Amino acid sequence: MVNGENERVSLLFMKALVSRGSVDAVSQQMASHPQYLESFLRTQHYILHMDGPLPLPYRHYIAIMAAARHHCNYLVYLHSAQFLRVGGDPLWLQGLEAAPPRLRLLDHINKVLAHQPWLTACSHIQTLLKSGEQCWSLAELVQAVVILAHCHSLCSFVFGCDTDSDFVPLSKSTNGFPPTFWPFDAANGNTNVPQSLATPSEHITRRRVTNSIQFSLFCVMMCFTDSTHFITDPDLCYQEFARREQDHFQVFRVQDYSWEDHGFSLVNRLYSDIGHLLDDRFRSVTTLPSMHSPDLKRAIWNYIHCVLGIRYDDYDYGEVNRLLERDFKLYIKAVACFPDATKTPVCPLSLAPLKPSERIHVNLLIMEARLQAELLYALRAITQYMIA
Amino acid sequence: MEKMSRVTTAHSSSAISCRTMFCHLDAPANAISVCRDATQVVVAGRNIFKIYALEEEQFVEKLNLRVGRKPSLNFSCADVMWHQMEENLLATAATNGAVVTWNLGKPSRNKQDQLFTEHKRTVNKVCFHPSEVYMLLSGSQDGFMKCFDLRKKESVSTFSGQSESVRDVQFSIKDYFTFAATFENGNVQVWDIRRPDRYERMFTAHTGPVFCCDWHPDDRGWLATGGRDKMVKVWDMTTTRAKEIYCVQTIASVARVKWRPEKKFHLATCSMMVDHNIYVWDVRRPFIPFATFEEHKDVTTGIVWRHQHDPHFLLSGSKDSTLYQHMFKDATRPVDKANPEGLCFGLFGDLAFAAKESLISSDANRKPYPGGDRRYPIFFFKKPDPTEQFAHVSSALSVFETDLDSNCMDWFVKTAQLYLLCGKPFAELCDHNAKVARELKRPQVSTTWTMLRIMFSDPANLTTPGLNHSLSKLGTLPLMNSFNMKEISSGIGTESRLERSKGESRQDNLHLEPGTLHISNNNEENEETEGSEGQAEYMFGDAELDDDDLYSMEQENQTEEQEYMLPQEAFQLRHEIMDNPSAPEHLQQDKADSPHVSGNEAEVTCLTPIESFSLISISQPLFSPHLPASFFCPIVREMLSYYAEQGDVQMAVSVLIVLGERIRKEIDDLTQEHWYMSYIDLLQRFELWNVSNEVIKLSTCSAITCLNQASTTLHINCSNCKRPMSNKGWICDRCHQCASVCAVCHHVVKGLFVWCQGCSHGGHLEHIMNWLKSSAHCPAGCGHLCEYT
Repeated sequence: MVNGENERVSLLFMKALVSRGSVDAVSQQMASHPQYLESFLRTQHYILHMDGPLPLPYRHYIAIMAAARHHCNYLVYLHSAQFLRVGGDPLWLQGLEAAPPRLRLLDHINKVLAHQPWLTACSHIQTLLKSGEQCWSLAELVQAVVILAHCHSLCSFVFGCDTDSDFVPLSKSTNGFPPTFWPFDAANGNTNVPQSLATPSEHITRRRVTNSIQFSLFCVMMCFTDSTHFITDPDLCYQEFARREQDHFQVFRVQDYSWEDHGFSLVNRLYSDIGHLLDDRFRSVTTLPSMHSPDLKRAIWNYIHCVLGIRYDDYDYGEVNRLLERDFKLYIKAVACFPDATKTPVCPLSLAPLKPSERIHVNLLIMEARLQAELLYALRAITQYMIA
Repeated sequence: MEKMSRVTTAHSSSAISCRTMFCHLDAPANAISVCRDATQVVVAGRNIFKIYALEEEQFVEKLNLRVGRKPSLNFSCADVMWHQMEENLLATAATNGAVVTWNLGKPSRNKQDQLFTEHKRTVNKVCFHPSEVYMLLSGSQDGFMKCFDLRKKESVSTFSGQSESVRDVQFSIKDYFTFAATFENGNVQVWDIRRPDRYERMFTAHTGPVFCCDWHPDDRGWLATGGRDKMVKVWDMTTTRAKEIYCVQTIASVARVKWRPEKKFHLATCSMMVDHNIYVWDVRRPFIPFATFEEHKDVTTGIVWRHQHDPHFLLSGSKDSTLYQHMFKDATRPVDKANPEGLCFGLFGDLAFAAKESLISSDANRKPYPGGDRRYPIFFFKKPDPTEQFAHVSSALSVFETDLDSNCMDWFVKTAQLYLLCGKPFAELCDHNAKVARELKRPQVSTTWTMLRIMFSDPANLTTPGLNHSLSKLGTLPLMNSFNMKEISSGIGTESRLERSKGESRQDNLHLEPGTLHISNNNEENEETEGSEGQAEYMFGDAELDDDDLYSMEQENQTEEQEYMLPQEAFQLRHEIMDNPSAPEHLQQDKADSPHVSGNEAEVTCLTPIESFSLISISQPLFSPHLPASFFCPIVREMLSYYAEQGDVQMAVSVLIVLGERIRKEIDDLTQEHWYMSYIDLLQRFELWNVSNEVIKLSTCSAITCLNQASTTLHINCSNCKRPMSNKGWICDRCHQCASVCAVCHHVVKGLFVWCQGCSHGGHLEHIMNWLKSSAHCPAGCGHLCEYT
């Protein structure tokens, strides 16, 4: 890394440390792409901690629900800790049944978005917004959807980068904390960022349980070692979109509903400024300096959208087969559609010799493509609801 | 209609129909275009490509260009343009990146003429040269613009924007060689068609994509652009740097913009998302659309003025699969619904008020605006068509200066501070508050408090000095007071109305202050004859003046009387009050009921004004000496509403709190909440934080009490390392020091901790206070000049 970039990263980590008290493993993985990391952290900070219609504990709980869909224990624990930290009711962590009915209503759209986003329909939105005691407002729903999509796609990244396997709860770190990053004490002015970013769990420093919140988290962790409490219908998973094409599911044409023209305007209208932040993410991930050619990047992007049922009129899908080898395609599909933490992704041969930063770049592309796909489906459903 | 015929004669070539009409398409439209003589329109979309003839009363489908069993993506159109010189020539931009031309003169079913597949991505826009038959320009998502000569098989020149996707390309109508291109990153470039190597000029027009642009048909310098940032901007391109001359802020991203023919300042826009309407703006009046077409049910995707020289017909296609012809005369005019009144307070309480002149014109004193009547600009040589004029509203602006003394709110602050709302028996609270009001020279309020005490107090516990010398007084007072209340109210009502009209004519002293203006003629009398007799007299006076009110009052009493029978607590209350073992219970009850009935009779019979005087004296002994408190509730409720209406929400809330359960159920929760909110807002504006907090605490509305629980987070820095403390508790995360150490005694502070927000140092309240008596510097020795307020 260039010195300037190094400083940029440490500045970002400093900021994260000051505001959140920790830098999680995911951010450390992304540190090889500081330009992207910046917009990622900004978005994440905005949707989880800044102004928005949803109360803070709700946001983290939604994140937990989303991460649990992909059995991503790492994110579940991370958000459980933050959930308690912002004053969430520890009872809710017992499982979805203990959560308020309003959050339980969200389970269905969570399920669909996580595994088969093309099933997202106007009727789902209608059920959630139907007036009643437990109804959602449009603004709340949009924030919830953004958090869901963000966390689903983050699961893909965590899985792709194998962050989750570093994290074995209750064995390595006895107190059950997420592998947060305390390698330096900001107050001491020691701001060296370790170069070996891939194994953050080494940096875990044991900390005494001084805080009641941490203690209650500890208790929760002791009781619940898996994340299946936060989901229903655990068998639901991705299904081949192509095979279902004979059903009534129409192909999603980007030319009819695109992020730039439609998604942005809608999401920005209902949840101000998020459009710009997400736009920044999509933009920066495609413009990241990388040894992959633009054509390859576009092939990866369009391939992910294709397996999720989104088609580009102006793309020749034969190109995907030309540019992506079979095992690479398998890898992309596994990371994008089956980011199940209980398995380890098979790293394709073509990626093996690459530098870790290049591998991470591929994972970032997958994450963003998946995020955009989910958002497009959800936002289109909301648009249809608004027109109807 | 006269106008219409003029138009048709002007363009006699086309017999133009005049009706708002529409037809259903089979699929959503992406773009529309008209042929030169305005008789046909082509509609293009993903699954539609048809030509409709515009007839007098309807659209008639002329031709379906989408042929073949499974049409290729070349038929999926993002844009379409009909050549303005060559009637048979059309071009489409396909979503797969192809540029296709169509020749309607072809004999075969498939009219496809030429196919250019040079673009790699979706083509967003095609544009024919306005005067050159064979020149076609395209702009694509891949960032390139290509110029095609239709006589050749491929493009003649390629323009690279060197930036992101091209969203729109438009040939200048006046300059033969010039075209403009807009980009997804917010830039607009102007090119010379002869120089493909470099753009002539580039400027950033919008934040985010610029979706569309349109050259002004008459003025060569003007270019209108619309973007995702919801703005329409008009640029003057004649100067060396493109200058923004007009800017219209719409409510949604702008998908299309089209100048209105023959109207220099008008342009039509439609939106990409959410908003389905078409707006016609006068760019000089950017805050309200000149006209709106609201027919579409989904976003409008294409708009085009039917004829190049006719401003009255607009065609539009939409995602809701309809094609519309809008008549300008049928458009809605938002300005008609606009409310041209405005009101604003100045920093020092001045009030500016603008209203339609017609509303104010009744005021004879007003001088006309010195600039003369500006409604009709002088340059009109013929009578202007009223439908083409922005409805001119000339408003009169009045500024009311506030007399500082009359606007003084000292009484409010003092009252807020001195009132007691809880912590003492009810009667004492009332007495105390009455005294406070009296001292502040607000006798009406004071009297109200006294009356409240009398109404709701337990007579047995009453320790008023007047107890011994008039038993009858106690009996009469409640009823009289109830009348009294009403009279005062109506008295003030008229009084303040008078005052206000005076204020208007003088254009000052608008801010009414209920406390001071209140029945000034009765002030002295009230003060010197303190107590019940005074009130009684006062009441008589008013009663004589105003019999109608008295009458209506009695009516109310009748209805209230039924209510009085209902609540059980009334009887229980009486048990306590009575404390009279000699009187048997049933007798009591009879006694309580009978006088009331008879009193009622008396009231009914005593409707004439002369007898109204005697009414009280007659009915007086008939009433039981102890009326139940609930009897007064409706009156008190009315009184509270009255105070709140008059702007003295302080009184309303204070009484509400002091009376507590006695009155709460009588007033609906929303009103209570509204009063509380208003009072708390006022208190906070006067920085009476403690009082406001007390009010919040004492309120029983859940919406109010939770105010205290909002934003209770206090962000603090560690006094040691000066970093924000992110953890709960008092141990700093970073330096592992206790953050709440007193800088003076170096002990941990438990209880009141005061600290300087500048340097984060602080300590025990008293220690710091002592320290600051002797030194201005921080006790921790950090050198900071601490300020504790």
